[in-house]
Amino acid sequence: MSNAPRLTSLDALHRSLGATMTDFAGWDMPLRYGSERDEHNAVRTRAGLFDLSHMGEITVTGPEAMKALNYALVGNIATIGLGRARYTMICQEDGGIVDDLIVYRLGETEAPEYLVVANAGNAQIVLDAITERAAGFDAEVRDDRDAYALIAVQGPESPGILKSVTDADLDGLKYYAGLPGTVAGVPALIARTGYTGEDGFELFVAPEHAERLWRALTEAGQDAGLVPCGLSCRDTLRLEAGMPLYGHELTTALTPFDAGLGRVVKFEKDGDFVGRKALEAAAEKAEANPPRKLVGLIAEGRRVPRAGFSVVAGGEVVGEVTSGAPSPTLGKPIAIAYVDAAHAAPGTEGVGIDIRGTHEAYEVVALPFYKRQK
Amino acid sequence: MSNPQQLRYSKEHEWLSSAEDGVSTVGITEHAANALGDVVYVQLPEVGDTVTAGETCGELESTKSVSDLYSPVTGEVVAANQDVVDDPSLVNSAPFEGGWLFKVKVTDEPGDLLSADEYTDFAS
Repeated sequence: MSNAPRLTSLDALHRSLGATMTDFAGWDMPLRYGSERDEHNAVRTRAGLFDLSHMGEITVTGPEAMKALNYALVGNIATIGLGRARYTMICQEDGGIVDDLIVYRLGETEAPEYLVVANAGNAQIVLDAITERAAGFDAEVRDDRDAYALIAVQGPESPGILKSVTDADLDGLKYYAGLPGTVAGVPALIARTGYTGEDGFELFVAPEHAERLWRALTEAGQDAGLVPCGLSCRDTLRLEAGMPLYGHELTTALTPFDAGLGRVVKFEKDGDFVGRKALEAAAEKAEANPPRKLVGLIAEGRRVPRAGFSVVAGGEVVGEVTSGAPSPTLGKPIAIAYVDAAHAAPGTEGVGIDIRGTHEAYEVVALPFYKRQK
Repeated sequence: MSNPQQLRYSKEHEWLSSAEDGVSTVGITEHAANALGDVVYVQLPEVGDTVTAGETCGELESTKSVSDLYSPVTGEVVAANQDVVDDPSLVNSAPFEGGWLFKVKVTDEPGDLLSADEYTDFAS
């Protein structure tokens, strides 16, 4: 296999827009087009356009597709309504998180079809794991990474922009729902999902249609102030929204209960699932002896915390930063960190972050940092 | 982007103005500012500090990373730009002008500073 980064079908377009590109999970992706702060603010106040074609799509079909996924994943796939989506996870036998996923139910009961979307860096691992776990079921697992480009339009102006290029019933499309439709003349799966903390849509289309869709959305969004956005602002947007990122807040060394996301594990569902036993023990342990908690930290100063920095209190290390960045919305550096329960309550005094040898004061807050007004 | 002809440049992407009364101004280049992305925090040497050519004397922090600031020359700091401390985005918007970082009374300079054309080649 070549080590050259993979290019999305919009690669030439990104370069023509002057994007700064970056290697991300083996893909050459736009980091930013201009100022990442301006891109961030555009998504918060107007709209932004993202190429997310690096995300990994896996299709599961067949009479036992639902049962196969119920066994492979920790969520209850049986309760996903037609045209709805669910945030869930895939875990190891020992309960460690392999990845967090969104599962879209696309097919009727007579023709079951689910689209599983994995993080780019985990796509192969997730594909292999689901394939292996589905082996005992009458279900087919298909690698659809090359079948889709993924374009997201996010921000308060995104419904109006998308409406101008589709007849699909967007008003009837709820958050975490998806429906097939035509956008700018190309067939698309239109999902009301995102990773920014704003209202928005993710559009799964054939790669050969991606450029046409991108250009149509750019034109439709011109008056509303839509701008192309790179992965840099996607990270600060999700960080402000308190959304976990695999490899930072979520790893194979942690269970969903460690990450404060035990609610995604559905023990009540029918049948066994990979990790059930270990996760039951993890749930009990979390109840009896709370692990480090995922909290928000807001800087009093201006130096920026980064992943891996120590959280300190009274000269002791009491936690570790998993993500940190200057927050454009708050105007201050922020961090997500795992912190010992004794120091994790919002408002706990004396908590700081060790930034290259200096203990900078930080305020402990509950996540998220930012919640949009509905 | 174009690098002003009247400045000289280090391979760490700092620029240095020609000395007036032995004092030169130091900043980072537009190329460096673009590579950093939005600068959000600037730590500068203080007036009276001695800086040494090729050694770190501060830091520049952007959304994605932190970078050391290197002094292109040796000497004593006689001014630090409080405007960029208060508004680090000046480094991005005006790297060769309002985004200057500090002024130094030069006692020694390395022989390998680059001309604008040499730096343009180096940075491309």
